[in-house]
Amino acid sequence: MSNYPEELKYSKEHEWVRINGKEVTIGITDYAAEQLGDVVFVEIPKVGTEYKQDAAFGVVESVKSVSDIYVPVAGKVIEVNQNLIDQPALINEDPYQKGWIARFEIQDPSQLNHLLSAKQYDQFLSEEA
Amino acid sequence: MTQEQLKKTPLFSEHQKLHAKMVGFGGWHMPIQYVGIIEEHHHVRNQVGIFDVSHMGEFFVSGPDALGFLNGMTTNDLNKLQDGQCQYNILCQENGGVVDDIIVCRLAPDNFLVVVNAGNIQKDFSWLMQHKPDTVDLIDASDDWAMLALQGPQSDALMQAFFNEDFSAVPYFGIIRHSFKNAPLFISRTGYTGERGFEIFVPSEYARDFWNKIFEVGSIFNLQPIGLGARDTLRLEACYSLYGHELLPTISPLEADLSWVVKLQKNTPFVGKDFLLEQKRQGVPRQLIAFEMMEAGIARQDCRVFASNVDVGYVTSGTYSPTLQKSIGLALIDAETLRQNKELFVEVRQQMKQIKKVAKPFYKRPT
Repeated sequence: MSNYPEELKYSKEHEWVRINGKEVTIGITDYAAEQLGDVVFVEIPKVGTEYKQDAAFGVVESVKSVSDIYVPVAGKVIEVNQNLIDQPALINEDPYQKGWIARFEIQDPSQLNHLLSAKQYDQFLSEEA
Repeated sequence: MTQEQLKKTPLFSEHQKLHAKMVGFGGWHMPIQYVGIIEEHHHVRNQVGIFDVSHMGEFFVSGPDALGFLNGMTTNDLNKLQDGQCQYNILCQENGGVVDDIIVCRLAPDNFLVVVNAGNIQKDFSWLMQHKPDTVDLIDASDDWAMLALQGPQSDALMQAFFNEDFSAVPYFGIIRHSFKNAPLFISRTGYTGERGFEIFVPSEYARDFWNKIFEVGSIFNLQPIGLGARDTLRLEACYSLYGHELLPTISPLEADLSWVVKLQKNTPFVGKDFLLEQKRQGVPRQLIAFEMMEAGIARQDCRVFASNVDVGYVTSGTYSPTLQKSIGLALIDAETLRQNKELFVEVRQQMKQIKKVAKPFYKRPT
């Protein structure tokens, strides 16, 4: 049922990361969206804000619960998905494309080495369950 | 409580077949959602849905002194109740705190069905047992009965199709006896959603048959199963109290805005009456208000409320209203602060967000 695109990397906190040189795009996985249920509010960061590795940079809130979103690598926000303000459900409908949350410029790509591949993430989930 | 200790309703396997997301609630494995809270919520507002509420408790109270006993234990006036009528009611402690909110149904002059909250079954039963005279019979029949809530504008049409009978003669808060196969049923025109609807008490061993049959008949009405998640958003839009949130032993029914259920002038003295009389005379120290958030985010239960940087109360329930598409909630606030009409702020995740007091309820069904 769940889907984890091969070209993305994954964190154990259920973020996905699309890596494009020193630019990374971050969102939450299909699994995370499914666990949260209907997303009704998304708090997105301001462009220009700098975050340390593993810092909380946003919040995703559903009818039933609320959850921080973490950036798995230190970086500066260069673009945010403004559509999420009016259409938070994009996170449930299309978590990997229209539901992206923020794009960061990063300094040290080696910080991405600990991220999981799609296959490893899938395995991680089955171990958690 | 571990997963293994949670009780299962007779419909547990049906929920699994429907791939419901299950959670622990009041000691029970319950479906929180089947397809999604928002979709299920709209389905009840616009069409018809069915909830498994078999976790709720059913007591039968009977004997010549049953009416007098129950009237002495509750704040509403049961003398007003006729056969075939239900009444929303409160069990209070001597100190005015709420033991539970219940529905009392008069089946006969000396026979009552009392519907109690799942998490309070044992507590309510011992509370009533402690006070009951020997001339009253009290039976906890909770395990013998499943309970289904059929709610939504299409519920009358579906009931008519299912039983081949018109239910328009059953008034709001009326209850009748009926049957399904060889099983006796109770059917009341009650609910917890703010929509038209019925609650149906089915003997546990017939629950699965009934559930499957009503989906068969209900398919032309687009009947859908609805989880506890939507039950919460629906009841909150209608401003119905939920035990554990708006009602607790630390909250009086007068504070909880249930003075319409507290009949201080009734003939029978009742547990909590002296306290409630005095509280009414002095004025309630706190008041339950309905609010909307002025900013994004949901203020959930126990979030503190501030006015002029002073802590003046807390949120009892908060959610996203699918009907209004706004963040809404109920909060118990210092009465003096409300009289002064001060600006109110709620602390959500270390941030102060402004809220606005609004009229209750958030949603009233079109008549």
